[in-house]
Amino acid sequence: MPNPCKQTPNTKEDAPSHFPSSGCSQEIPFHNSSSFFSHRKMKLDTSSLESSALTSRGIGIGAEIADAPAFQVPEVADFDGFQKAAVQMVKPAKGTTTLAFIFKEGVMVAADSRASMGGYISSQSVKKIIEINPYLLGTMAGGAADCQFWHRNLGIKCRLHELANKRRISVTGASKLLANILYSYRGMGLSVGTMIAGWDETGPGLYYVDSEGGRLKGTRFSVGSGSPYAYGVLDSGYSYDMSVEEAAELARRAIYHATFRDGASGGVASVYHVGPEGWKKLSGDDVGELHYKYYPVVPNTVEQEMVEV
Amino acid sequence: MARYDRAITVFSPDGHLFQVEYALEAVRKGNAAVGVRGTDTIVLGVEKKSTAKLQDSRSVRKIVNLDKHIALACAGLKADARVLINRARIECQSHRLTVEDPVTVEYITRYIAGLQQKYTQSGGVRPFGLSTLIIGFDPYTGAPSLYQTDPSGTFSAWKANSTGRNSNSIREFLEKNYKETSGQETVKLAIRALLEVVESGGKNIEIAVMTKEDGLRQLEEEEIDAIVAEIEAEKAAAEAAKKAPAKDT
Repeated sequence: MPNPCKQTPNTKEDAPSHFPSSGCSQEIPFHNSSSFFSHRKMKLDTSSLESSALTSRGIGIGAEIADAPAFQVPEVADFDGFQKAAVQMVKPAKGTTTLAFIFKEGVMVAADSRASMGGYISSQSVKKIIEINPYLLGTMAGGAADCQFWHRNLGIKCRLHELANKRRISVTGASKLLANILYSYRGMGLSVGTMIAGWDETGPGLYYVDSEGGRLKGTRFSVGSGSPYAYGVLDSGYSYDMSVEEAAELARRAIYHATFRDGASGGVASVYHVGPEGWKKLSGDDVGELHYKYYPVVPNTVEQEMVEV
Repeated sequence: MARYDRAITVFSPDGHLFQVEYALEAVRKGNAAVGVRGTDTIVLGVEKKSTAKLQDSRSVRKIVNLDKHIALACAGLKADARVLINRARIECQSHRLTVEDPVTVEYITRYIAGLQQKYTQSGGVRPFGLSTLIIGFDPYTGAPSLYQTDPSGTFSAWKANSTGRNSNSIREFLEKNYKETSGQETVKLAIRALLEVVESGGKNIEIAVMTKEDGLRQLEEEEIDAIVAEIEAEKAAAEAAKKAPAKDT
C-alpha cells in the first residue's frame, strides 16, 4: 500500500515544511534532525529586522539599521542550512586582487580586472576601482553587482551630505554609512569586500568594509583571493616615505605578482592615487606585458649557427 | 479670523498660521534670554525668576548642554523645551554614531528647527511654544556660532540676539553696543544686555560661558554679583566723566 510519508530523497530546499500530521511515524532517514519540527512553520528570530519602537515618531537612532527590509523567507525544514547553501551559491569566492595603502603622499589604490565564474574567465576588463566621487574611491571584491550598486548609493548619500551640511563628508563618515547599510543586510547574501579610500580634512583615510558588517581602519589592506600574494610583495616593499612613483610601482608589482599566482586574478593592473586634490588614475597595464617587463626573455646563447652558404 | 486657529494645519485667508503666531506669543511671555558671540567665547544668559524658598534651585537649570561642545537656552514653555532638548541630545549622539563625528552647531540647529516645523504641519499636534538660542564651537574649524530658532521652524545665525520677555529692548541695546569681544568682555556685554530688563543681582540672572577648551561653564551667583558690581562701577564712572567736562567749560 502506498506509504503516505515516503518521499524521494531530495535536497534541503525542496523539503516541504508541512507533513500529513498523523500516521507519519516512520523514520525518514534523509531528513536531518530538524525535520521533527517541520510539521509546524519555522519560527525565525526576526527581531533584528523589525523596526524598534524608537523609530516611531521619527527618532532616528541609526536610522539605517531600523529600516532593514523585511521579506518572506522560504519555508524549508532546515532554514539555517538552506541559508548557508544559498549564501555559498550566491557569494563568489571574491576572486580578485585589490589593495590599498596610505603613505606620505596620500593613498594608493590598485586592483586587477578579471571576473571569473568558477573556471571560466568571464571578463578581463572589469573596473574594480569605483569612483564614488572626485575624492573618494571604493574597490570591488565579491559580488560585482552588490559592490557597484552600493557604491553608487554611497555616492548619492555623500552628495546629499555635502548639500545639506555645506562641507564634504569625511572618509570616516562615508565608510560608516556604507558599513551601517551592509550591517542592516547582514545574513541576506550580500557579498561585498571593499576598501573606501579618500582624502579629507584630516588627511588620507582608508577603511575596509565588508558585507558581514565589519569596518576596519588601517594603513594597508588587500582584499580578494590573490591578497596573500599581494600582501607578500606589499608588506616587504612598503615604506611610509615613498614617492608617488615608487608607491605606484609597488602597487603595480603587488597586483602583478598576485595575478601571476592566483588564477582568479588577471587582466589589467590599474593603479590610482588619492591626493589632497582628489583621485587620479596613474596607470593601467596588462599583466601579461608586465610579466615580460619584470622578467624579460633572455635569448639563449647559440653555439653554432647555420648560415646560408 | 476666530475660525482659523483651531486646527493648525489650516491657513487663514490672509496667509497666517495662527497657532504658530500664538506660540510666538507664548515665547514673548517667557523669561528673557540673551546670547552673545565673541571671538573665543560665547555667552548665554537667562532671566531667573526668584525661586521659591523651598525649591531646590539647582533642579531648574535653564541653560543646558546638548553635547560637549553645544549648549542651548530657551524662552517659552519649559515642558516643551524638555522634550525638544531630549530629542536634540539623542540626535547629537546618533550623528556621532553614524558618521563618527560630533555635530556642527548648524546641523543640530537645523534638526531642532526641522522638528519645530514638523509640528506646524502635522495633524493633532500643536507647535512647540519656545524659541531657542543655540551656541557652540565647530568641531573642526573651532569657529564660534550662535543660532536662534523659533516656533515656526526658521533659524538663522546671529552675532548676538535675545528672545523672550522684552527681547526687543535687549536687541536694541545689543545693536547699539555690540562689538567684537573676547573672554570676560563678552560675559560683561551679555550681562549688561540682560540688566536692561532684569533686576540687577546674581540671583536674578543665570549665565553660562562656553569656550572651546573648557566647554560650558555655569557661573556661580557670587561671580555674577562681582561682574554686576564691576558693571555698575563702570556705569557710575562713565556718568561722572560725562558730568566733569561740563563743569570745566
